[in-house]
Amino acid sequence: MSTPYAKLPGWVEYGLIPLINLAVAFLVAGLVVLLVGENPFEAAYHLINGAFGRGEYIGFTLYYATTFIFTGLAVAVAFHAGLFNIGGEGQAYVGGIGVALACLWLDQVMPWYVVFPLAIVGSVFFGALWAFLPGWLQAKRGSHIVITTIMFNFIASSLMVYLLTRVLKPLGSMAPQTRTFAEGGQLPKLDWLLSIFGLNVGTAPFNISFLLALAAAFGVWVLIWRTKLGYEMRTMGHSPSAARYAGIRESRITVITMMISGGLAGMMALNPIMGEQFRMQLDFVQGAGFVGIAVALMGRSHPGGIIPAAILFGVLYQGGAEIAFEMPSISRDMIVIIQGLVILFAGALENMFRPAITRAFAMRGQRAAAVVQTKGA
Amino acid sequence: MDNIAIELRGIDKSFGPVHANKDINLKVRKGTIHGIIGENGAGKSTLMSILYGFYQADSGEIFVDGKPASIRDPNTAISVGIGMVHQHFMLVENFTVLENVMLGAEDSQILNKGIAKARQELKRLEKEYALEVNPDALIEELPVGLQQRVEILKALYRRADILILDEPTGVLTPAEADHLFRILGQLKAQGKTIILITHKLREIMAITDEVSVMRRGEMVATRTTRETSVEELAELMVGRRVLLRVEKGEASPGDVKLAVEGLTVKDSRGVTMVDDVSFEVRAGEIVGIAGVAGNGQSELLEAIAGIRRATSGTVLLNGRSVDVTGHRDPAELRARGLAHVPEDRHHVGLVLKFEESENAILGYHNDPRYLKGAFLDIDAIRKDAEEKIAKYDIRPPNARLKTANFSGGNQQKIVLAREMERGPDVLIIGQPTRGVDVGAIEFIHKRIIEMRDQGKAVLLVSVELDEIRSLSDRILVMFAGRVVGERSPEATEGELGLLMAGVEGRKEAAE
Repeated sequence: MSTPYAKLPGWVEYGLIPLINLAVAFLVAGLVVLLVGENPFEAAYHLINGAFGRGEYIGFTLYYATTFIFTGLAVAVAFHAGLFNIGGEGQAYVGGIGVALACLWLDQVMPWYVVFPLAIVGSVFFGALWAFLPGWLQAKRGSHIVITTIMFNFIASSLMVYLLTRVLKPLGSMAPQTRTFAEGGQLPKLDWLLSIFGLNVGTAPFNISFLLALAAAFGVWVLIWRTKLGYEMRTMGHSPSAARYAGIRESRITVITMMISGGLAGMMALNPIMGEQFRMQLDFVQGAGFVGIAVALMGRSHPGGIIPAAILFGVLYQGGAEIAFEMPSISRDMIVIIQGLVILFAGALENMFRPAITRAFAMRGQRAAAVVQTKGA
Repeated sequence: MDNIAIELRGIDKSFGPVHANKDINLKVRKGTIHGIIGENGAGKSTLMSILYGFYQADSGEIFVDGKPASIRDPNTAISVGIGMVHQHFMLVENFTVLENVMLGAEDSQILNKGIAKARQELKRLEKEYALEVNPDALIEELPVGLQQRVEILKALYRRADILILDEPTGVLTPAEADHLFRILGQLKAQGKTIILITHKLREIMAITDEVSVMRRGEMVATRTTRETSVEELAELMVGRRVLLRVEKGEASPGDVKLAVEGLTVKDSRGVTMVDDVSFEVRAGEIVGIAGVAGNGQSELLEAIAGIRRATSGTVLLNGRSVDVTGHRDPAELRARGLAHVPEDRHHVGLVLKFEESENAILGYHNDPRYLKGAFLDIDAIRKDAEEKIAKYDIRPPNARLKTANFSGGNQQKIVLAREMERGPDVLIIGQPTRGVDVGAIEFIHKRIIEMRDQGKAVLLVSVELDEIRSLSDRILVMFAGRVVGERSPEATEGELGLLMAGVEGRKEAAE
């Protein structure tokens, strides 16, 4: 009667197991720090302090988290329909075109609250477009989405190099980037939000797109669990044969899901372009599309899990930078190792401790049952 | 007793609450062909998987050539001389015959040496057992019959003395099957022992020396083939169970609701699964399709329901034609009054990870009463699910419980409630009581009769002959994709059994 994955109580499933995974990741990371001859506790201190120590640090942490919420949601939406969109990187990159076009067009004549909605539409449009092509190719031609989306990452990269060196670069400039936007292309910071908690945002680019990310997370929850489309997506994701039986058209759902996923990835571009740099630069995505996969895995594709997972990765990015700064023998690459370990244990090896924990709980359950029986007898 | 190749003593195996093999004893004599028959789910495959080391028995012993053998995995099975030819071939499609035969028995890291040896050995085997096949042909280019021959060669190459064949003729044409039997005869003449698992009585009678019958996990009888008859075996297979009596009045058939004409379905391999089938179902009658599993019933249902593309033929639903060969749309068929209870509720009829209420609208999720614009009307959906739970006595009565946590019978009730409560004109039902507990069976049968009495046209497919006989007003028997006969439910079990085994049907179809 022993099913290998028996049902666990909610707090174990969503609390204890992720925590154990995270703890093991940090333990191994600590060993690596020890190996290079540094004090792991000092590193841990810098990680936490660097992420939360001051209002400015928190601002940076949440700035990174904003980016990861968008890309994490993008991956999660596709997961629900059984699609593995690993093209978030390229979709976010191309989404930047929409943001840049809106800003370059109107930044000098319109205030940010007029430009921002247009930039959102632009980022969603271009991100969705970049995901539409692989989705359409899978639906109509059977080209596997994992292959095509990763290829589209490279195409996006080349396309953006071309655009930023030939088309969008101002005349006479040597740098592969657009001109710096005027005030209309700059999003206001959320300094007031932090000041409620008595914190000063300082130079951190923590901006209003964080609120957009939270709204997007809520929107994804509504989409997946409260709309007909979401119902159809989940049916297809759980059981393609049941979807066929129910008359749900696989090709239609594939294309629509990919466009929503790409649109969410595209929105990520708002944060660095309008929130931090005020211009579009080469490689502004910086791997956030791939981090989104880890965030979605850790957050179990649920917006309520994705937001904390995105904040965790924000901590690793911001706190990791502090470690590299404070402890020179720990290079920036070491931070990547730590992040990789978290992905490894929390994402890829998610089920490593599950059998043991399940057994422990099953034994506890049996003992409880035995007690009841002996009492009954 | 030294002429016993395999002896099983007290083999017992459970999967959770399912007792698949109950205290099985079996002796297979050396140099004979021993048939094992039984209905789907009788435990034949489990027993053979234990013998071949895929599963471990909970208790019991296995003796090979009189010596106790502990078969932990297929490798140990091979090492004691047991080979298996699976129902679904285990071949690498883009390898040659020679490469497939060698796979896992290469003998050395350098392939060339092994290849030369294997080629020689293959030639010898071909000559000895009349198993001609070109060693350099690619598997994917070979017809199914030859692919199977490669599987047999693989076993022989590994020096198997005991060969288990699991439903070997399921994918073969009659001519290929006849050739296979000649090969098996040849192998027997060379002293090999063969265990043949099948549910086709005709094959048992044609080729085996002895036959063992399994039913519901038990070994109910072993007979010498010469001294038994198809009728006796059919009875042993199905069991002498009392018919589940269903209170049922006379049918009063009305207009034709579903008309199928010349329907032909081929699977992805190009094998004809449904062969020129025609029939009609009228309002207020239950038409049952009897047949041994795998004779095209599943494909027929799927083609009518718009899930599987038909190669040719027409289907009329309520007098209007359905595009079965081109664009199929199950959602449209539902809107036109067709309800479908699929055979496989776990993968098709339900999404096991969904809440009960979510499954209660599967396929009907476009209905405006479950929607507020593009949004699901959760309250309406749950209220609707709770009404069905009450009406169909689904337990536990919790619309928010995950569907996987319901028992088989209650899961089936979820599907039935969804499909029946719509008031469809035509209801097609596959295996209504497969894996359903006895208590729920009666309930389900009653509901089906009720649907008929309300003037619905019901098409019923089941491998349970009793079920077909007690529910149907007319019985069609399918064999090898064709409807080989129509009988009234008063026909005897023996008569239907012969039709199902394809014995009588040939004559009839020829007439």
